[in-house]
Amino acid sequence: MIAHAIFFYIFSLIAIVSAIMVTVSKNTVHSVFFLILDFISISCLFIMIGAEFLGMIMLIVYVGAVAVLFLFVVMMLNVAQQKNQWLLSEDSSKHIPVGLIISTLIFFELIIVIGGWKYKPDLFNSSNLDISRELSNTHSLGQILYTDYIHIFQISGMILLISMIGAIVLTFRQREGVKKQSYLKQISRERSEGVEVLDVASNKGVKIDD
Amino acid sequence: MIEIGLGHYLTLGAVIFTIGIVGIFLNRKNIIVILMSIELILLAVNINLVSFSIYLNDLSGQVFTLFILTVAAAEAAIGLAIIVVYYRNSGTIRVEEIDNLKG
Repeated sequence: MIAHAIFFYIFSLIAIVSAIMVTVSKNTVHSVFFLILDFISISCLFIMIGAEFLGMIMLIVYVGAVAVLFLFVVMMLNVAQQKNQWLLSEDSSKHIPVGLIISTLIFFELIIVIGGWKYKPDLFNSSNLDISRELSNTHSLGQILYTDYIHIFQISGMILLISMIGAIVLTFRQREGVKKQSYLKQISRERSEGVEVLDVASNKGVKIDD
Repeated sequence: MIEIGLGHYLTLGAVIFTIGIVGIFLNRKNIIVILMSIELILLAVNINLVSFSIYLNDLSGQVFTLFILTVAAAEAAIGLAIIVVYYRNSGTIRVEEIDNLKG
């Protein structure tokens, strides 16, 4: 139990500090790195609390795909020259007190909700999706994901497909002057337009037009 | 203090959620950091769902976390594509200079 407490405090401290660094850091590439650190520590927390499948999926999806996507976009767009300007500038400094006030209000509202929250005792058995003690986390998730939640699962696959199509359509652009191979042109060539047989007179040579 | 309960995880989620909100409000730099703040907010929601799922002994919270993960990945891909197209058209992604709508 004490080991649980120690690891919880270590990982949550790392998570909170790196989340602050994501928003505060001057360099955008550093922000992405701190975002990766944040995801890794939170997925360690998930694995620790008993949701191993989600922790591993979070490592794969966020650290392996989303963070690398962010990193690619940051490096593709030339944002390195703006890295010296931090969030304080002349005409934007009036946003900052309002933003801070609203954020503290939201935080205290959340804390009040957490502090005063009591669940009813019969809430424990309100669902028939109890976490089984015999099966592993992945096994039990798979058992309900492909049966009870199959429609939502299919819809999430459709969402991923549509987002992929949308990203390709948005960023695709036709370039001018790029030589491409056209298979239709290649296979529809005739012998008559490619080869010409000439009678060559002796000592005259052939004039080739190009 | 030593006994780690549901409240600890909910507090961690609340702190990360608030940091994400602060990042959206105070960011004047570029719009990619705002997208990262949105990812932080979704992460806080995931923490809440998973900790409730574990402590209430109900697996459906983890299933919904999986779907939130899917939607977050799709949202990041679309948002970054929009940012790339905007940068290609206007040459900047600084938050202060994106004011075409004069909002």
